[in-house]
Amino acid sequence: MDDQRELQPIVVCRDVHKWYGNFEALKGISMEVKLTEVVVIFGPSGSGKSTFIRTINRLEEHQQGDIIVDGIELGHDVRDIEKIRMETGMVFQQFNLFPHLSVMQNIILAPMRVRKWSKDKSEEIAMQLLERVGIPEQAYKYPAQLSGGQQQRVAMARALAMQPKVMLFDEPTSALDPEMIKEVLDVMVELAESGMTMLVVTHEMGFARGVADRMFFFDEGLIVESGTPKQIFNDPQEDRTKLFLSQILQH
Amino acid sequence: MSVSKITSRPPAPPGLRTWMRENLFNNWYNSLLTIISIIFIVILTGVVLRWIFVDADWRPVIQSPLLYLIGQYPRDMLWRIGLVLVLISFLIGVSWGVWGGLISSFAITMGTLMAVFALIPFQVAELTFSLRGVMLFNVVLIYLGFILGRKVSISGRNLAIAWFLASVIIIFVLLPGFAGSEIMPKVPSTLWGGLLVTLILAVGGILLSFPIGVALAFGRRSSLPVVKGFCIAFIESIRGVPLVTILFMFSLILQVFLPTGSRFDRLLRALVAVTIFSAAYTAENVRGGLAAVPPGQTEAGKAVGMSSLQINMFIVLPQALKAVIPAIVGQFISLFKDTTLVIILGINELLGMGRAIINSNAEFVQLQFEVYMFIALIFWIFSYAMSHTSRQLETALGVGER
Ligand SMILES: Nc1ncnc2c1ncn2[C@@H]1O[C@H](COP(=O)(O)OP(=O)(O)OP(=O)(O)O)[C@@H](O)[C@H]1O
Ligand SMILES: [Mg+2]
Repeated sequence: MDDQRELQPIVVCRDVHKWYGNFEALKGISMEVKLTEVVVIFGPSGSGKSTFIRTINRLEEHQQGDIIVDGIELGHDVRDIEKIRMETGMVFQQFNLFPHLSVMQNIILAPMRVRKWSKDKSEEIAMQLLERVGIPEQAYKYPAQLSGGQQQRVAMARALAMQPKVMLFDEPTSALDPEMIKEVLDVMVELAESGMTMLVVTHEMGFARGVADRMFFFDEGLIVESGTPKQIFNDPQEDRTKLFLSQILQH
Repeated sequence: MSVSKITSRPPAPPGLRTWMRENLFNNWYNSLLTIISIIFIVILTGVVLRWIFVDADWRPVIQSPLLYLIGQYPRDMLWRIGLVLVLISFLIGVSWGVWGGLISSFAITMGTLMAVFALIPFQVAELTFSLRGVMLFNVVLIYLGFILGRKVSISGRNLAIAWFLASVIIIFVLLPGFAGSEIMPKVPSTLWGGLLVTLILAVGGILLSFPIGVALAFGRRSSLPVVKGFCIAFIESIRGVPLVTILFMFSLILQVFLPTGSRFDRLLRALVAVTIFSAAYTAENVRGGLAAVPPGQTEAGKAVGMSSLQINMFIVLPQALKAVIPAIVGQFISLFKDTTLVIILGINELLGMGRAIINSNAEFVQLQFEVYMFIALIFWIFSYAMSHTSRQLETALGVGER
C-alpha cells in the first residue's frame, strides 16, 4: 500500500520550454517527482532554476511541453491554475510576507479566503505551524519586526497553512545572514523528514547531502546531470557538474 | 561594574529651564530670534483680538446665521434638518466608540461646533431657545453614542450599513421630501444653500469619487486594451481641464442633450461634475500607490491560490492606499475647497451665500471682510479636521512599517 503511494508521481514535467522574448530560458526540461520525494535543483546563476520552479505553479508561463501537478494539467484555465496553486506551497528568496498584516494574518489569509475555512480553524492551524517553525511567540508581530530567519519561517508557515501536497523553495536561505541559515534549514529538514514532497532550488550542499532523494544540475536551461546525492557528490559524470561542484564546495 | 548599573537608567527628562536654555536661548542669535518672534506673536495676537472683539462688526454674520448654514431651506421645516443632525450625531458618536481614534477628531470637531452654536453668549434672533436646545442635545447624543459604541459590541460592517441607510434616508427622504406630502413637502434643491450644500457636495463627491477612482486606477493597469484605453482617455481628459470648465460643460451639455422639460437637478449636476473631477485625480494617486507595491506581493498571493480579485483587495490595494493616504486626503481637502466653484452654476454654497448676504444689504458691503473671515474660519476648521484625521490614519496604519 505505502509503497504504491510513494511511487505515485505528483509533479510531472515533459519537455518544458520557456522563452523570454527570443531568449530561451528553458530548453526542454523533463522531471518526475513522486510523493514524499525531496528534490534539490542547483546550478550556476542564470541557468533557469528559478524559471523552472516558477513554471510549476504558473508564476511563469511555459510555451511548450506539459506540466501536470497532482493530476491536473497546467493549461490556460484559471480554475486549474488556482487549484494547482492551492496544492503547491512556495517559499521565496525574498520572503514576500505581506507587510501590512501581522504574522497571524499573513498565515490565515489564504486558508480563510481560498480554502474558506473558519477563522477559528485557520488560527488553530496557524498556531500549530508557528510552534512547528519555532516562533509561536511572534504571532501578533508585524513582519518588519522580525529577523530575516524568523520572516522566512513565517513564510514557510504561511505556505504550509494551505496544507499543500508539494512545497517549492527558490533559494530560501540566499537572502539570509549566515547565522540565520541554520534555523531555516532545520525547519526544512524536519519538513522533509515528515514526508513532505519538496522541490528545492538551493546551493546548501549540506542540506542536499542530508535529505535529498535526487539532485538535478541545471545549466543553460537544460538538466545536465541528475542522480542521488551519493552519485552527484562522489561520482559526477559531466565535466560541467564537476567544475561547478568544485567551485561551490571550495568554501 | 556597579557603576554601569547606576547609569543604566534612562536620564531624567530635562526641566523647563534646561529645555528653554537648550532650545530657545542656546546662542546669541537664536536668543535674538526667540525674542523677536515672541514680540511679533504678542503684537499680532493683540491686533487680531482687538479686531475680533472691538473693531469688527459682526452684524452680517449674527443677523442670519441660518443662511450660512442651510440657505433658504424653509424655516418651518427646520425640524427636518434637526432630525438629520440627530441621525448624524448619533452615528458619529457610535462610530467614534467603535472605530476609535480615527473618527474622534470629526466627532470632537462636530460636537464643539454645535456646542459653540448652542452657547453663543449673546442674543441672536434666529437662534431660538429650542434651536440651541437641539444643538446641545446633539452634543449629548454624540457622547451617548460614543458610550454605546464602546459598551455594546457592534461590528464595523453593521455600522457601515447603518451609515449607508442613514445617508439614503437623509438624501432621499429628509432633505428633499415628497411632492404633495403634508408633513414633508418637497423642498427643491434650489432652496438649499450654505454649509449644507458645501457638505453635501464635498462628502458626496469624496464618497462617490473614491471607489470610481480606485476602479479607474485598476482599469488603467488592465490587460484588456479597451478597458485600459477608456480609463486612460477618461483620466487624462478630465485632468487636462479645470474644474470650472467641467462645471460649465456639464450645465451646457446636459441642457442640450436632455429632452426639454426634464430638468436635471442643478445640485445633482454639480455633484456629478465634482465627482468625476475628483475621481480622475484619485485614480492617478492610487495608480502611484499600486505601482509602488512590489511584484513579489502579487506572486506571494498567487502562490497560495488567491484569485486576482482577492489579491487586489486584500494584498495590493491596502498597501497602495496606505502609501498614498496623504496625497488622497490632500486632494479631498482641495475638493472640499473647490466646491466653492459651483457658484457659477448659480448654487449658493457657503461662499456664495456669503456673497449673497453681502449684496443683500448696502450696509453689509462695507463689512465684506468680516463675512469672508467667518467663512474662511469654517473652511479652515473642516480642512484641519481632515488633515488631522489623515495624520492619525497614517500613524495607525504605520504599524509594522518597513
Ligand atoms: N523576466 C525575465 N525577462 C527576461 N529574461 C529573464 C527573465 N527572468 C529571467 N530571465 C533570464 O532567464 C535566464 C534564467 O533565469 P533564472 O532566474 O531562472 O536563473 P537562475 O538559475 O534562477 O539564476 P540565479 O541563481 O541567479 O537565481 C537568465 O538568463 C535570465 O536573465
Ligand atoms: Mg534564481
